[in-house]
Amino acid sequence: MSLFRHELRQGLRTLWIWAAAVGFLLGVCVVIYPQMGTDMDQIGAMFSEMGSFSSAFGMDKINFGTFMGFFAVECGNILGLGGALYAALAAVTSLSREEGEHTAEFLLTHPLTRTSVIASKLLAVLSQVLLLNLIIAAVTALTVLYIHEDVPRDDMTRLLLAYLLLQLQIALTAFGISAFLRHGGAGIGLGMAVGMYFLNLIANMTDKAAFLKYLTPYAYADGANILTEGKIDGVYLTVGLATGLTVAAAGFLHYRRKDIA
Amino acid sequence: MKAIETSGLTKSYGRARGIVDVNLSVEEGDFFGFIGPNGAGKSTTIRTLLGLIAPSGGSARVLGCDIVTGRREILAQVGYLPSETAFYRGMRVRDVLRLSAKLRHMDCSAEAGRLCERLELDPSRRVEELSLGNRKKVGIVCALQHSPRLYILDEPTSGLDPLMQREFFALLEERCRGGATVFLSSHVLSEVQRHCRHAAVIREGRLLAMDSVEKLGHTDARRVTLRGVHELPPLPELRDARAGQDGVTFLYGGDMPTLLGTLAGMPVTDVTITEPDLEEVFLHYYAKEAE
Repeated sequence: MSLFRHELRQGLRTLWIWAAAVGFLLGVCVVIYPQMGTDMDQIGAMFSEMGSFSSAFGMDKINFGTFMGFFAVECGNILGLGGALYAALAAVTSLSREEGEHTAEFLLTHPLTRTSVIASKLLAVLSQVLLLNLIIAAVTALTVLYIHEDVPRDDMTRLLLAYLLLQLQIALTAFGISAFLRHGGAGIGLGMAVGMYFLNLIANMTDKAAFLKYLTPYAYADGANILTEGKIDGVYLTVGLATGLTVAAAGFLHYRRKDIA
Repeated sequence: MKAIETSGLTKSYGRARGIVDVNLSVEEGDFFGFIGPNGAGKSTTIRTLLGLIAPSGGSARVLGCDIVTGRREILAQVGYLPSETAFYRGMRVRDVLRLSAKLRHMDCSAEAGRLCERLELDPSRRVEELSLGNRKKVGIVCALQHSPRLYILDEPTSGLDPLMQREFFALLEERCRGGATVFLSSHVLSEVQRHCRHAAVIREGRLLAMDSVEKLGHTDARRVTLRGVHELPPLPELRDARAGQDGVTFLYGGDMPTLLGTLAGMPVTDVTITEPDLEEVFLHYYAKEAE
């Protein structure tokens, strides 16, 4: 428990910075919606007729002119990408940073089992991701109230839940990778998150690349699909979370026997 | 009970040398020095004992617990000072000390306060602002504040000024008198000679000797340097002889009257006879090992 609290405290500043950045962008996006409202029908029509570009972002499926359509695409990209980058960064440096900065020697010479060290650190990363999403949900709720928009609660909950699950999958994967690294890893984490984002864009553009959807959590956190289907895709979600858990478990097993540099 | 006992302890890192077949035996209550030049395998041995790295062969017990299966029990009773101390950025000294105590489920604030005072360490400073020596002091307090049964200290005096070194050894001697065991690694022979009762010498991953410091440090050999001659004197027991431009130098292991008698008959212009330095003591053990 002491280690869990220490980890939370260590990551607090980074969490506030990311929460402020993502929250601010998302809040601004929601607040400007009413001003854009009058032009939205035209913009929506234009955006839905841009061929591959429209399908990449799912804009051919939803009505960009409605608030939820606008939120799913615009805010979805901000939270989907911003949250994923934060989750990847927090998780991929969690274990590797200890060796890179030589604090592993301090930490691992206290009477803690490796298992409890890994568990405390993973729990701290997942809690931070959850905290970020709670803050974002609060910002969303407040800004939606501010613009007096009537929002279908189920759709909004489903969207925010999907982005949370996406971030948890990325955090699990990045945490597993962290166990194999000896230092840093930020580049790997951020690259993985951005790479997964683009995989979904490519998969949306052509049916031939549809198989790529199994490799990216953006497949089930696709705002356009969630709104049109009224659910999060169970198959992609199961495959995604299973992948994240498998990589995390591999990292767990490796770190238990790892020689600490 | 032995505080530390290793049997054929080996750690190999692929091509890089680790330690080979190390057999250490440290009695509980001893003040034990682990001597060797940089890269000899001192830290590898210590890190293996603490479970940071897994042995590739052999076995070891620390305070009666196996290093592989009893890691947590061992760490609960050990105070460890690494050769390079690093702490979490943004923390103050008192936060680091408190974290270390909490990870042991202990409240060591009183003892931490006493140690900070003796070592002249300001607990309100941020760790990243500290000099090398002050960071070392934080490491020392972390290793001592929970009053463990065994102190494992890796190159503990590097970075400490001579006055602080004296205070540090005074602290260790107090703990040792109280029944604790001290195991410290060093490449400074004089420090081991002054404070340790027993010692082991390691070089290139292998243990060369283990005995009381008195016996280990005692060598009859003397480094003899002669000026004005270019040939070695006709003496038995000459080792490591080198000829320079204006003289010769060699290690002599025989008796003094024979040396002086022989030198009297030679056209020497100057003579120095000194105790061999640390490196030569290592070479001495090395030569013995090779025989």
